[in-house]
Amino acid sequence: MHSLRFPYFPLPKITNVPVKSRPSSPFSVVPKLHKLNLSSANPHAAAEDHCTQVKSWELVDREEKGDHQVAEELAAAGLRAELMPKHVAVIMDGNRRWALERGLSVEDGHRGGGRVMKQIVEICLKLGVKVLTFFAFSTENWIRPAVSGLLFFVFAALPFNFSISHLCLSIGRLIYGPCMQEEVAFLMSLFEEVINSDLEDFKRLGVRMSVIGNKSELPMSLQGLIRLAEESTKANSKLQLVGAMNYSGRYDITQACKSIAKKVKDGLLPLQEIDEALFQQELETKCIEFPQPDLLIRTSGELRVSNFMLWQMAYTELVFVEKLYPDFGEADFIAAVSSFQKRGRRRGGNKY
Amino acid sequence: MDKGSTSHETQRFGSFGSFFRRCILSILSIAPIPNHIAFIMDGNRRYCKKKNLMEGAGHRVGFSALMAMLRYCYELGVKCVTVYAFSIDNFKRRPEEVQSLMELMQEKIEGLIKEESIVNHYGIRVYFIGNLKLMSKPVRLAAEKAMVATASNSRAVLSICIAYTSTDEIVHAVQESCQEKWDEIRELNASGAGYGLIELDGNRREQGEHYIGVADVEKHMYMAVAPDPDIIIRASGETRLSNFLLWQSSYCLLYSPFVLWPEIGFQHLVWAVLEFQRNYFYLKEKKKS
Repeated sequence: MHSLRFPYFPLPKITNVPVKSRPSSPFSVVPKLHKLNLSSANPHAAAEDHCTQVKSWELVDREEKGDHQVAEELAAAGLRAELMPKHVAVIMDGNRRWALERGLSVEDGHRGGGRVMKQIVEICLKLGVKVLTFFAFSTENWIRPAVSGLLFFVFAALPFNFSISHLCLSIGRLIYGPCMQEEVAFLMSLFEEVINSDLEDFKRLGVRMSVIGNKSELPMSLQGLIRLAEESTKANSKLQLVGAMNYSGRYDITQACKSIAKKVKDGLLPLQEIDEALFQQELETKCIEFPQPDLLIRTSGELRVSNFMLWQMAYTELVFVEKLYPDFGEADFIAAVSSFQKRGRRRGGNKY
Repeated sequence: MDKGSTSHETQRFGSFGSFFRRCILSILSIAPIPNHIAFIMDGNRRYCKKKNLMEGAGHRVGFSALMAMLRYCYELGVKCVTVYAFSIDNFKRRPEEVQSLMELMQEKIEGLIKEESIVNHYGIRVYFIGNLKLMSKPVRLAAEKAMVATASNSRAVLSICIAYTSTDEIVHAVQESCQEKWDEIRELNASGAGYGLIELDGNRREQGEHYIGVADVEKHMYMAVAPDPDIIIRASGETRLSNFLLWQSSYCLLYSPFVLWPEIGFQHLVWAVLEFQRNYFYLKEKKKS
């Protein structure tokens, strides 16, 4: 019997820190998720009315049970095995805001997010999801509007303080500019730490690791670790864990264009043979068995895709969750999958 | 007498509604207004089923809702509006439904260029965006005629996406970019002036680094006529893009109210704009970086 044990970074003890309540929008995209009354301290709390009933999951390898037992457990959680998304993508938003609300450092926020990532890998192995992609680092993250953006959030509650928030943006950039680069350096070291600490577990559990994005701009040490991780797990097939690092949807489409243009120029590809299938084969996601996510989950309540897998998400169901990423738990993930399973996917055709 | 007083009351109520709407729009205008709003008009068939209407009636009511939303947008000062009218994927529907939609589109496109239409009232230039070769000839001709008739309008832009998907748009842009570069190289080679440049630039061109860039692809997109949208509003509560403006929607606000398209109203637009204004500065900084 294999159970999943990841060394996780215990969160600092927090006592009596008032947490700013997040305003909810009456036209929330997924109001069902917003109504979930689940805290990370009590992941087994029952959800409200039409939301999914959450049962506790035993950390038992899925293969130990028969298909029938697995289907029963899924049904108990309100999920159907035949409607399980093959590829789930996650935008891990809200680590810094989570840390700011608790008076913690940004690094603590990212470590909290790292712990959640591992929980999601665990859940996906149990549910039978085949591909799990995390938007770890965008091409735009090298220069983050990080703290200046956070300052804006403080004033976001006052909708007409535009001149004040603009002033805060300028001050924030002036004072905290050097800190942004420190945060990037920390993130790079965190990625290395995660690969180093979890690689053996991934190998044992049948997780295949892949990284998409412009790897040539990452630190050399991280590039080496990525190569090692990809090579040593390439034969695994239970779950493909994809990290999007130094990646963006526009970068992906542009590099595919350049690759195709070169082939046309070299006479290897006639112009008239360029079609959608060929284009898809040139994208970074060509290493993924199911390159198009069925489900995208974005935390922190932001309603946008932020330049992530633009081509690939043509028909992806988008689920926006109000919770900040370090607060996102198993129950929230299951609720997101449940929401996905209730949707009618027509792809422009007929359902009626 | 009764009919007269009823219509008088309706008129007064309508005027009050219009005045109230203008007040709200004036207040909204204090803060930044989105430059470009896009709509995915989803829910016409479900509306038809819900109201037990004849097949196709849902789309007609949906068209009225579209006209109302366009009016509100242009009154607010939005410069560009894009609507997802007909996807390439929609050709998969039943032939009778597709035919009915084609006839409706032809009828409404011809109505757009009439003197009293909204297009002339607000000085809107109309573009039909998509692979128009896939459309039936009458619709294609009507679309081309409408584009020519409104070419001199310049106060606002209306982009109507028909026979459109974003993936088709991107592939088309790549083909056009490659064709353009290929023609440039052939001309240079033919004139003999290219050899020096190619020799000097050999290594860079071999790697394809500077051969085609983002700007080359963007200028060949069907949607190059308008800036990227600030908000995409999808009716019916479905939260997916359905192959609409994938490239252009990188940082745009996605708003998906739980209302079928024929039932969408002024309050939904107001809420979308308020949400846009709340995130305005953060997104502006994000786009700059």
